[in-house]
Amino acid sequence: MVEVLRLRDGPASEAEPVSLDSFLDDSDGGAVRIEAGDDVERLFPVLDRLQLVEIDFPRFRDGRGFSSARMLREAGYRGEVRATGDVLVDLVWFMQRCGFDSFAPDVPLNPAEVEAALARYPHVYQPAADGRVPVWALRHG
Amino acid sequence: MYRYDQYDQAMVDARVAEFRDQVSRRLAGRMTDDQFKPLRLKNGLYLQLHAYMLRVAIPYGTLNSRQMRKLAQIARTYDRGYGHFTTRQNIQYNWIRLEDAPDILGDLAKVEMHDIQTSGESIRNISADQFAGAAADEIMDPRPWCELIRQMTSFMPEFSYLPRKFKIAVIASKADRAALRWHDFALRIVRNDAGETGFEVFAGGGMGRTPFIAFRIREFLPTNEIFAYLQAVLRVWNRHARRDNIHKQRMKILVHELGEKEFARQVEAEHAGFLARGANFPQAEYDRIAEFFAPPPFEQGLNDDIDLADPEFAAWAERQVVAHKAPGYAIANISLKPVGGIPGDISAEQMDVVADLAERYSFDELRATHSQNLVLPHVRKADLPAIWRALRDCGLADANLDLATDLIACPGLDYCSLANARSIPVAQKIAARFADAERQARIGELKIKISGCINACGHHHAGNIGILGVDRKGIENYQLLLGGSGDAETSQARIAGPGFDEDGIVDAVEKATELYLRQREDGERFIDTYRRIGMEPFKEAIYG
Amino acid sequence: MKIITGNNLRSGAVVWWTGYDWSLHVEDSIDVGEHAEAVIQREEGAQRVNGAHAVEATRDEDGVRPAHIKDRIRALGPTVRPDLTLKPADPAVGNWVI
Repeated sequence: MVEVLRLRDGPASEAEPVSLDSFLDDSDGGAVRIEAGDDVERLFPVLDRLQLVEIDFPRFRDGRGFSSARMLREAGYRGEVRATGDVLVDLVWFMQRCGFDSFAPDVPLNPAEVEAALARYPHVYQPAADGRVPVWALRHG
Repeated sequence: MYRYDQYDQAMVDARVAEFRDQVSRRLAGRMTDDQFKPLRLKNGLYLQLHAYMLRVAIPYGTLNSRQMRKLAQIARTYDRGYGHFTTRQNIQYNWIRLEDAPDILGDLAKVEMHDIQTSGESIRNISADQFAGAAADEIMDPRPWCELIRQMTSFMPEFSYLPRKFKIAVIASKADRAALRWHDFALRIVRNDAGETGFEVFAGGGMGRTPFIAFRIREFLPTNEIFAYLQAVLRVWNRHARRDNIHKQRMKILVHELGEKEFARQVEAEHAGFLARGANFPQAEYDRIAEFFAPPPFEQGLNDDIDLADPEFAAWAERQVVAHKAPGYAIANISLKPVGGIPGDISAEQMDVVADLAERYSFDELRATHSQNLVLPHVRKADLPAIWRALRDCGLADANLDLATDLIACPGLDYCSLANARSIPVAQKIAARFADAERQARIGELKIKISGCINACGHHHAGNIGILGVDRKGIENYQLLLGGSGDAETSQARIAGPGFDEDGIVDAVEKATELYLRQREDGERFIDTYRRIGMEPFKEAIYG
Repeated sequence: MKIITGNNLRSGAVVWWTGYDWSLHVEDSIDVGEHAEAVIQREEGAQRVNGAHAVEATRDEDGVRPAHIKDRIRALGPTVRPDLTLKPADPAVGNWVI
């Protein structure tokens, strides 16, 4: 059983994620798993059926999942977005900014290290999916 | 030039602390090099042939005297007394100890410098016209846009692990001094018929093993749409690039595979989405940044005459000095290509001299160029003789701008673990062959560019004469390419024929220049003659 | 013969496996035969060396000579800066790598 580190409140979804094709075919389970090459836009018409989207990182250098997560948030999805696979603590800040709010990597993260990584940078230079105010706005009130 | 505020400083300081933590985890054995490597690369730290190499960002090639002195101090304290200016207007050090790297970053942060995203699959240092703010032919200073884009693209969460590196250039003149269309994403600041400022946008360029010249994806992009547009380009690439073959992941390959039209269509669709969602930078932020780049207080009523009585000074001034937009002022180019030297290398003592000159004579500004030279952008013409004397006294007064001995060369197999052949010895032999001032002058503008492997850090694809070092069964071998250019009529050099050994390639270069001298018509540069007569006569002269 | 080279983890200096330690000098290398993998794993695991790998070499009266030019340049230093090589007093030292 992979450990899940959650940054969101409320109960975790009990649903078992299925592949994008299966989910679009006939699932009513409320959870889907997005592989690195999957087109997340195919989910946009059915976002209200979802409580959990798992996005996989086959290798940490494969950054497609960052776009998938942010696009889901841009499309209005408010449920859980969970990163799985090769997730390093050095990337969780970027992941959180793209809309990830839970992590279940192959190698479990140390919660204290995650907390430190998320607190590392005091500002952000651009808006993303986390609602933080970029410095360009702070500078001009 | 731009100065950090509390926000910028806090971000750079946080980066130093983060890297210090990562290095200590690595040294304690809590991270393997496989895990550490991408993190150190995001900080420009490579493991090279002899040691760690550190690449320090010089944003859009602009720096001040305090920063240059800090670079000198780093060279003395942590390295072996010198640094190397690169074709991305950056500087790198060849002999860095891993355990010193966090302290170096800390020292850099004290003078508002960093090494963030100077390597790895990142949005790299933005390059710009080295004459920005000084050139007589620019419509505005492009650097406020460079700085705005620098901030937008620092720690960009969605694009923190791009398929490959991503290089941006910005210029604001018809003349191209930055090899614009050899970049992944390139902007030329233009004015439309209504007098509004915008960007002519190019995408999908790059050198490496599969060279492409960027195509024009937008004729006119309103400047206030740049953040949306840049994200659109990055998103299309990030989502759809191949991830299975590191040699096919640059954006140029995606553009080639999708076709320019389809790539542009997808970008425009994403762009519309980003615009609709809003969240753009406020005009006030552009204005704030632009203020830092206001023209310096040029003196009025200065004389435009230069006393050329000293023939040595006159030769230097004629070659190294370029027209400035302000009357009585000039742009002075400093050659880092002394015959017998190493292209782009500069000692700590020379850095200090250059810093002094910038402070005293050039409103405290310096530039690094993609041709691995330096520039004093704003000097009074009356001060040129004093500047020349100071440069001469420290061995920096070569007069060879854009001539045969002003070669670009990557570090090659003398330093680089990727290289297949040495570049610097070839550059030195060519320089020695063409060292005679009268001979170089007779040949005129000739851009020779040498890379020690197909990654093309020495820009051989853009050389009027390009040289590519290859490994032929353990022996260094050099291919000759002709007809490349990074200027406004960008062109890709073509391979002339079979390769040569080190002395053979020098002879081949000489034969190419001799043919050019025989064939040229009035006013033609080497590249013009090549374009008119084509490859065949050169082949005959070299191989016949 | 097969010799092992790498970079000192802390300093980055090029080093060669002597059988019990790492040396700056290629002539101290020993032939590791088939045992390269075991040495590399142990030494990298102990955080003493980075990027360790085995290379081919020969031994003659002048000492150990790596088979590939890249490794000979690693062993010596940059040929264009003899002053920074391991043999700074010898201006013709670059000839050894060719």
